[in-house]
Amino acid sequence: MKRLPQSALLPDGKRLHLQDGPIDLIIEAKGKPAEIRAAYDAAARRFTGLLDELCEELTALRRAADPAQCSLKGVVARRMHAAVAPYATDHFITPMAAVAGSVAEEILVAMLGAAQLDRAYVNNGGDIALHLTSGEHFTVGLMDRPDRHGLMRTMIVNADSPIRGIATSGRHGRSFSLGIADAVTVLARTASEADAAATIIANAVDLPGHPAVIRCPANALQPDSDLGARPVTRDVGPLAESEIEAALRAGVHTAQQLLATGLIEGAALRLLGETVLMGSTSATPALHAHRGNRTESAVHA
Amino acid sequence: MTTDATTAGGDDKIRCDACPVMCYIKPGAAGACDRYANHNGELVRVDPHIVLERTVSHGGRLVPFQAGGGDWDGKLVHEPNVFVTAIGAGTTYPDYKPAPFIVSSEIDGVDMVTVVTEGIFSYCGVKVKIDTDRHLGPETATVRAQGEAIGHVTTGEYGSQMLSLGGVHHLTGGSKKEGRVTCDALMDLSNCKPVELTIDGGATVVVQAGYPPIVNGVAEERMRVGCGSATIGMFAKQWHGKVDEVVVVDDHITGVLSEHQAGKLLDIPDTGIKMKGRRSTPGRYFQVAEPGTGWGGTKISDPLSVLGPFNPREARPGLTMLMVSTTGEHAAYYVLDEALRPVETEMPPDLKLSVERIQENCEPALCTVLFMGGAGGSLRAGVTDNPVRLTRSVKDALTRVTSGGAPVYVWPGGGITFMVDVTQMPAGAFGYVPTPALVAPIEFTLKLSDYAALGGHMDYVRPLASLRDSTEIRPMPGRRA
Repeated sequence: MKRLPQSALLPDGKRLHLQDGPIDLIIEAKGKPAEIRAAYDAAARRFTGLLDELCEELTALRRAADPAQCSLKGVVARRMHAAVAPYATDHFITPMAAVAGSVAEEILVAMLGAAQLDRAYVNNGGDIALHLTSGEHFTVGLMDRPDRHGLMRTMIVNADSPIRGIATSGRHGRSFSLGIADAVTVLARTASEADAAATIIANAVDLPGHPAVIRCPANALQPDSDLGARPVTRDVGPLAESEIEAALRAGVHTAQQLLATGLIEGAALRLLGETVLMGSTSATPALHAHRGNRTESAVHA
Repeated sequence: MTTDATTAGGDDKIRCDACPVMCYIKPGAAGACDRYANHNGELVRVDPHIVLERTVSHGGRLVPFQAGGGDWDGKLVHEPNVFVTAIGAGTTYPDYKPAPFIVSSEIDGVDMVTVVTEGIFSYCGVKVKIDTDRHLGPETATVRAQGEAIGHVTTGEYGSQMLSLGGVHHLTGGSKKEGRVTCDALMDLSNCKPVELTIDGGATVVVQAGYPPIVNGVAEERMRVGCGSATIGMFAKQWHGKVDEVVVVDDHITGVLSEHQAGKLLDIPDTGIKMKGRRSTPGRYFQVAEPGTGWGGTKISDPLSVLGPFNPREARPGLTMLMVSTTGEHAAYYVLDEALRPVETEMPPDLKLSVERIQENCEPALCTVLFMGGAGGSLRAGVTDNPVRLTRSVKDALTRVTSGGAPVYVWPGGGITFMVDVTQMPAGAFGYVPTPALVAPIEFTLKLSDYAALGGHMDYVRPLASLRDSTEIRPMPGRRA
């Protein structure tokens, strides 16, 4: 019996849910009904066996990426490598840093190969690949507490902007972070690039050696973590305002470089109630301002 | 407990085999998916706890967190009918610890308790009903998945073939591989996924709850309208005056219009027809042909092969005859030539209509899967200090049993053995542990006072509101399929 992914429409009858092992995708397409059906069929077909494809090269994908060359074979694996390669000279980074965005992109590519869609997204646990045709847009909400109602801020992604990928990284997610950011959301041209960049910026939001930051070797938590014995953040105690600012400043510095080289289009960095917005994140103010009235500052590169 | 999944070294980490990532998981930690975790050396499923909104209508809406954005009004439950299911509650194996969530919520002034646990069902099985006349295999024949014996053919009942799969002997009585394959097949069937089964001396059938069976590569469309004899009874009047003889070919009882009681009542004259097979009562024949996947669940492709030569004393040249299967999928029209041999001829339109009428009266063929589990001593111990009182409480109808929020049939007699239609349960309700055994949700709902009376773990009762932060809220399903 072949292991088949879970594939079902969500109760709203519009969105498709695909799940296999650690991969969870929420997909929505806009267009003619027959096109949507064709796109969803193509998504499910491409998704079947995709995890196995990745796992065949898992050992190599968990090793530090070589900035100069790629010996990986799978199309998704190669996309992961391409997304992290720009950082591999200066940082320790493995292709796994871009796995979620790369998978989202691959499924979107399969859908667009099979159908004409006005608009579509593939959301892989917060790492999102977008498709927009002329006149279409997405409204993206940023939330700091998913268990509460309010949105911190909304952003509009229009068809004429180059943004086609959104990714979020931080210490609360499923994967480990070397930094202390609660969340770094990145807008980039592709989901895989956004994914890699979010990892790099979230790692940069840090206070090295600060006693309030509890760290633990990654492989003490997950024996086969691609981060090996590198210390990952487990908890962040109370920090002074100046310390929060200093940590965010370190992240902003990295993000500015990425903005300047065109690797990202925008970023939102969040740590302990403080938010910094950069690049094309301006857009509209929050629809429902958070009751906490926390400070926000905008830095434009 | 050492299993296939616990192969790694001596430091208590286990290797999860739920997907090809094959995570090594330390005690108390979860794998990359956050779905499976190492619980004291056991691989367990730890999906987010699922609360189902009980809505009468299909596809009910979600209950949002703090609906409307207003301030909390202090009520425990905003919507009156929130029902907590056991999916993702996690297991407490071994079972002497209290079940993970014991929830109390105030509904209509009555303190209700739902004891939510995910049972590990190592003796469980599924009963499969396959709507087809086609012969799938002889009674008691072994049913296999991936070559491993996972159950057997029980019988045919009312136009459906019945299989019994799983159970303690296949799960834990045979080889390790047999147990694992059985567990996989049961879980997939219970999660409404397709499973290919091969039957010794019979057919290969793809079974998926809520979908038509695929027998030897051909999707079944309809159930037969009835046996051959019943079909004669239902359509005799419509055939009267339009054709001299009708034979309804059926694997079980083949019907012959002129000899059948229904034909006699209409004064239909004898035709000199000679049937093969064993006559049961007039116009009803057993065993006209071997069972198979041809006409009416027999193995024949030429319907004339069930006939002997016509008797010249009653038959005459020009006599007309319709032969049809019990689903109307096969039909042919014959006229006797000078030598009284049937010659296939174009079917008259009004007879075509009667064949279409048979088709129309055949219901869509489906596979249905009933999960059969039992709450044994250990599972009940997670609910109460005195397990037998829970059994008595269920029997006395003080405690309601549900599985993933779906209604169950509790089999009378000893213990708590229940059956549930898997298509009524939320998607992905079933998991497994490498014992091998299935993990399925089971809920016991009773009054708080009755819960105390039967020795409930009162210290562990939590108000419903306390689950809100860590739970995923989903609408109560109607039928999923």
